[in-house]
Amino acid sequence: MIVDAQFLDMLIPALNKGLWMSVLLIVPSAIFGSLLGVLVGTLRVFGSKPVRRFFDGYTVLFRGVPLMVQLFVFYFGLPSFGIYFEAYGASVTCFILCSAAYHSEYVRGALLSIREGQLKAGAALGMSRVQTILWIVVPQAFRRALPGCGNEIIYLIKYSSLAYLISCMEVTGEARAIAAKTFRFTEVFMVLALYYLFLVSIASWLLKKFEDRLYIPGFGRQK
Amino acid sequence: MTHSAQSSVESPETPVLRVEHINVSLGGKSILKDVSLSVNKGELKVLIGPSGAGKSTFLQSINCLIHPVSGNIWLEERQVDLAHKKKLFEYRQHVGMIFQDFNLFDHLRAADNVSIALRKVKGLSRKEANDRAVQELERVGLGNKMNLYPAELSGGQKQRVAIARALAMDPKVLLLDEPTSALDPELVGEVLAVIRDLAQSGLTMVMATHQMDFARALADEIVFMQQGQIIEQGAPSVLLAPGSGTRTADFCSRLSDLYEEK
Repeated sequence: MIVDAQFLDMLIPALNKGLWMSVLLIVPSAIFGSLLGVLVGTLRVFGSKPVRRFFDGYTVLFRGVPLMVQLFVFYFGLPSFGIYFEAYGASVTCFILCSAAYHSEYVRGALLSIREGQLKAGAALGMSRVQTILWIVVPQAFRRALPGCGNEIIYLIKYSSLAYLISCMEVTGEARAIAAKTFRFTEVFMVLALYYLFLVSIASWLLKKFEDRLYIPGFGRQK
Repeated sequence: MTHSAQSSVESPETPVLRVEHINVSLGGKSILKDVSLSVNKGELKVLIGPSGAGKSTFLQSINCLIHPVSGNIWLEERQVDLAHKKKLFEYRQHVGMIFQDFNLFDHLRAADNVSIALRKVKGLSRKEANDRAVQELERVGLGNKMNLYPAELSGGQKQRVAIARALAMDPKVLLLDEPTSALDPELVGEVLAVIRDLAQSGLTMVMATHQMDFARALADEIVFMQQGQIIEQGAPSVLLAPGSGTRTADFCSRLSDLYEEK
């Protein structure tokens, strides 16, 4: 098995094109997935009973159904109800909804770890419950949830590969196409693995920077 | 209860805070039974009693952190509508609360702990709120700790930040729930010194404590609670007089016995 220069000349540009698509899938999904996850997690802890029920149900659904099935439903199923998604739109929507469901669980755990006294102190100063949650509880919980949420983002990078199943040609899709054409599966997928390792390394580094930025004495990690 | 006799003897001014017939139950168990208290301007009332007597619950029910099952509260002349959320939030701004375990906002620096409610509740600008925070922190002797986070402060310093945070809201009454009982013995003094200054500057306060020397020296009235009720109430010179035979005196002598044994 030799990866010759000529083969790489063909492989790399195709993968780079796919890589760009992957980034376009991952970045908005990570950002909006986390934000939605914080919102859902918060509502699942502090919402009224019907709101809690609704978002618990949402979480059960999107954590319980395989992502591939979600993608197929969004891309192939919804058009029969008159809702049309482009492959890219369907992928990003599914990734956001799926990762938000997971994020909400990390956030929920973190929210429950905030002491009751913080809520009492906010209330005693005349803050409404919403103000206390928004300015006191969520900023603390978010910091506690960050390692878990980072994990979910790393995971997202890898499950973004499923987008090729609904014809969104990201890096795995491009790799598969070339492998199928050339039958050089081993080389192609080994290079693909390096691409993912690269993406995950960058994400880990960014997440660490972010954690450092948000670092506050007394929140778990020692600097 | 001595309450009604008390208020007729008192000067005709309206009390700053008046709570009447407060009943609280938690989990079906009655914790406070028909507790009433009236506090005049500038008074320091000290709640004492064995643990589980309901002192902490009583203080928290005064600003509705624990909702009373029944009871009425007046702040100055106005009765507080406890069912009306907006009015309750407004009322709480005027009634400061100091907790046993400080409850500082762990993610905010000392100055921001003090200023956040000024900004979010009172609507002050960032600069105005910060100036006020600096002023209050200097008042409790923490002018040089403004940029530290709660985790970087000692217990005594945390409690002083909590006091500054409450004072910044210009409360009409300050409720203190055993402010020194979570502190190491050598840190109790610095917090009591701040509270003493406040008492002498005429701030109205209701304080639960086991610091009997402090109560004896500074309280206008001692309120002795047991099993969710006020048992005795009166000036320390009366309740703690030698040979007075009051429950309060008995409780205090047992407290001091305990400390001497140590």
